[in-house]
Amino acid sequence: MSLVNFTAREITCKIVYYGPGRSGKTTNLQYIYGRVPESRRGRMVSLATQTDRTLFFDFLPLELGNISGFSTKFQLYTVPGQSYYNATRKLVLQGADGVVFVADSQARRFDDNLESLQNLQDNLLAQGVDIRQLPVVFQYNKQDLPHDLILSQEEMDDALNFREVPSFAADALQGNGVFETLRGVSEIVLKRLAAGSPAA
Amino acid sequence: MTVTLNPLYRFDTFVVGAANRLAVTAAKAVAESPGTVYNPLFIYARPGLGKTHLLMGIGHAARTINPRLSVEYLTLDEFIEAFHAAIAAGHGAAYRQRFLDVDLLLVDDVQFLTHRREMQAELLRLTDALQAANRQIVLTSDRSPAEIEALDDRLIRRFAGGLVIDVSAPDYETRVAILRRKAEERRATFGEGVLDAVAAIEIDNVRELLGALNRLMAFQSVSDAPLTPAQARQLAGGADKAPSAGAPVEPGPAPPPGQDEFGDFLSEITATVTQQVDAWRTKVGAALLRWEGEGFRTSRLEALLEQEMVTDPEAAIRAFEADVHRLIEMRAEAAELAPELAGSPVFKDPGDLAGAEAELQRARDGTNPPPAPSPLWKMEDLVESAGNRMALEAARAVTAAPGTRYNPLVIIGAGGIGKTHLLHAIGNALAGRGGPVACLSAPEFTSELIDAINRDAVPAWRARYRRSSAFLLDDVHLAAETDRTQDELFVLFNQFADSGRQMVFTSAAPLASLEGLEPRLRTRLEGGLVVELPVPDADVRERVIARDLTARLGAPDQALATYLASRPADSMRAAQGLVQRVLATAEERHVPPTATLAREVLEGLAPADTAPARRTPVRSSGIVAPTAGGARSREKMIWEWPEVGDRIVEEWR
Repeated sequence: MSLVNFTAREITCKIVYYGPGRSGKTTNLQYIYGRVPESRRGRMVSLATQTDRTLFFDFLPLELGNISGFSTKFQLYTVPGQSYYNATRKLVLQGADGVVFVADSQARRFDDNLESLQNLQDNLLAQGVDIRQLPVVFQYNKQDLPHDLILSQEEMDDALNFREVPSFAADALQGNGVFETLRGVSEIVLKRLAAGSPAA
Repeated sequence: MTVTLNPLYRFDTFVVGAANRLAVTAAKAVAESPGTVYNPLFIYARPGLGKTHLLMGIGHAARTINPRLSVEYLTLDEFIEAFHAAIAAGHGAAYRQRFLDVDLLLVDDVQFLTHRREMQAELLRLTDALQAANRQIVLTSDRSPAEIEALDDRLIRRFAGGLVIDVSAPDYETRVAILRRKAEERRATFGEGVLDAVAAIEIDNVRELLGALNRLMAFQSVSDAPLTPAQARQLAGGADKAPSAGAPVEPGPAPPPGQDEFGDFLSEITATVTQQVDAWRTKVGAALLRWEGEGFRTSRLEALLEQEMVTDPEAAIRAFEADVHRLIEMRAEAAELAPELAGSPVFKDPGDLAGAEAELQRARDGTNPPPAPSPLWKMEDLVESAGNRMALEAARAVTAAPGTRYNPLVIIGAGGIGKTHLLHAIGNALAGRGGPVACLSAPEFTSELIDAINRDAVPAWRARYRRSSAFLLDDVHLAAETDRTQDELFVLFNQFADSGRQMVFTSAAPLASLEGLEPRLRTRLEGGLVVELPVPDADVRERVIARDLTARLGAPDQALATYLASRPADSMRAAQGLVQRVLATAEERHVPPTATLAREVLEGLAPADTAPARRTPVRSSGIVAPTAGGARSREKMIWEWPEVGDRIVEEWR
């Protein structure tokens, strides 16, 4: 998938929200969906089970309109967090221009975060993508929970963010940090445009 | 209560940039054909971005196009106030009718419709009625219809059915353009980089931007030293606002947290994309705004922006700017030749350099050429004698190889012996070799200079002479005692000498004897060839007179010529004066001019009946100059001594 299509004058950014199950990926998308003017957003597609868990994936297309003559679109995806949906995750991850790793800040989910991050690396590698070459940001969600239940942003950074990429504390339900995260990943993705990097 | 349109709020005073281009286009379209294109037109923008300006601009433009159009501008508050007053007075129907008769209704600040159900219903009715009658309604608000709290859905749908358009904060280039435009309007000039420094501060509100400009102007008016960009930034409030690090594009400012996260996000993305993908567009845009601001046509750059990708935008900008600079040079030269050409649009279009070149060429050709030599005097008419041979040889050498052998050639001789004749003859010979030849007398030169000073057109006057291929000045001795003329002659002399162009001067007195002639000029004149033209001898006079008589009478009269040449004359002019007198007398008496008549006229053997005819009723000294003789002629004769009383009166006059 090409990020910038000069012929069609299009910029398309595919951002994948990755992370362990129930970390708040879909919540991120829902919050964004709620803030986007109707004219700018496509229909959010969400395939979920009756218990509100993402079964397949969420897809939120955003029409950012004409920017410098380029019709600019963002496509936000989430992957199902549950470990048994790895095939779906691989599929969604294909051609991603950037990844938001949504980690659950709860101390008890520590291992799930690590496992999911490892899974992300593996899946990317399987597609021939080195995670160090892909724009990735971390979001440490649920920072609104009582302090004794969660790890601070610094602790989360220490545990997950080895390469010191941008990281954001968030409370996706209330929307805190949601747009900051999206902006963070978009900046990195878009800044690769000048270098002409195919990004995918 | 209806506010009249502010005369300053017109489209031509509205600075158009990327952020408002669409809104301006829509506004203009509406002004051009109200009621047909976007009806209603809903413009929304944060305060200070020009909503009211645009709204009134529509009113002005529509009225200009159709002066009979009924245009009404009012704010929503006024609209409501009038409604309440009308209802209270029981004139609700008249109130409605009043607005239904308006062709173009401009309503400002409709965000105040919030929670006013009855006014919303009234506006809905009015909008529907106006639309049905093909009458235009334009509304502005500080937020989009959807964001106006508790706004009737039907109204939102009506607005959406027309055109809802937003104006965002001006980008860096537009801010520069606004500051330049306003500074120019207020006749304020600032040092280089000052306005750019202010524009670099992220002031996203035009009113604030103009406030900053006012501060700069106020500061500059009380300060001796010109403002520096750093001071300007501080004055404009940039000390606490970070300049956008030279970034030519900037996102809109952050609205209060939580208010418009998506808008904020969009702005940042726009900035990033623009910076990353379109860095070249930004450069072209900056160049476009700069040169457009200076009045040049920028269609070439605009065409560039239309393109998807440009292989080497820097080179394209450089080429454009090179053309602009060439135009500036040409305009300067043309203005020097003809001041009225300075404003010619042809020097503003880098797309048509050829046109500008042609105009300049026309200016060069069409400018009043310097005074040319009189065509009457030619080299071949000169009568050569032993006395004047050297001068004539020098003249021939000069015309054969101008500027190389004798430069300058200075001809010295008493008045009336043919210096001017020789000078003009040389001039004509030189003119025959091509190029304009300037040939005039020193007093003419001085009087032209004075005239040029009066008209403040000295550069153009100088240019005329500088373009000449040769410079011939008669009676240079009369330039003595003049300061400015000698300065100009000095400069001109050097230019002609440096470029190897011929100069010829005449003087009635030897150069060394001219006291008022500045040494720097005198030495230069002496550095060429100084030749003397002697008083013509009788032989030369006879040949010249015989030729003149032949020309005048159609047939030679050798006896008359010989007689006239034998008369004493210290100049050719004096000798020709004698001829003139004899011919005039002959004509007066209706007799042919003969030697006898000449003797009678010149030697005083006048018949008795002619003497009284010469007397004039006017009291005079009795001194009568020959008709075309000139002051130096010995032929001044005293016909009759006047009374003593007459002489005293004459002397006292």
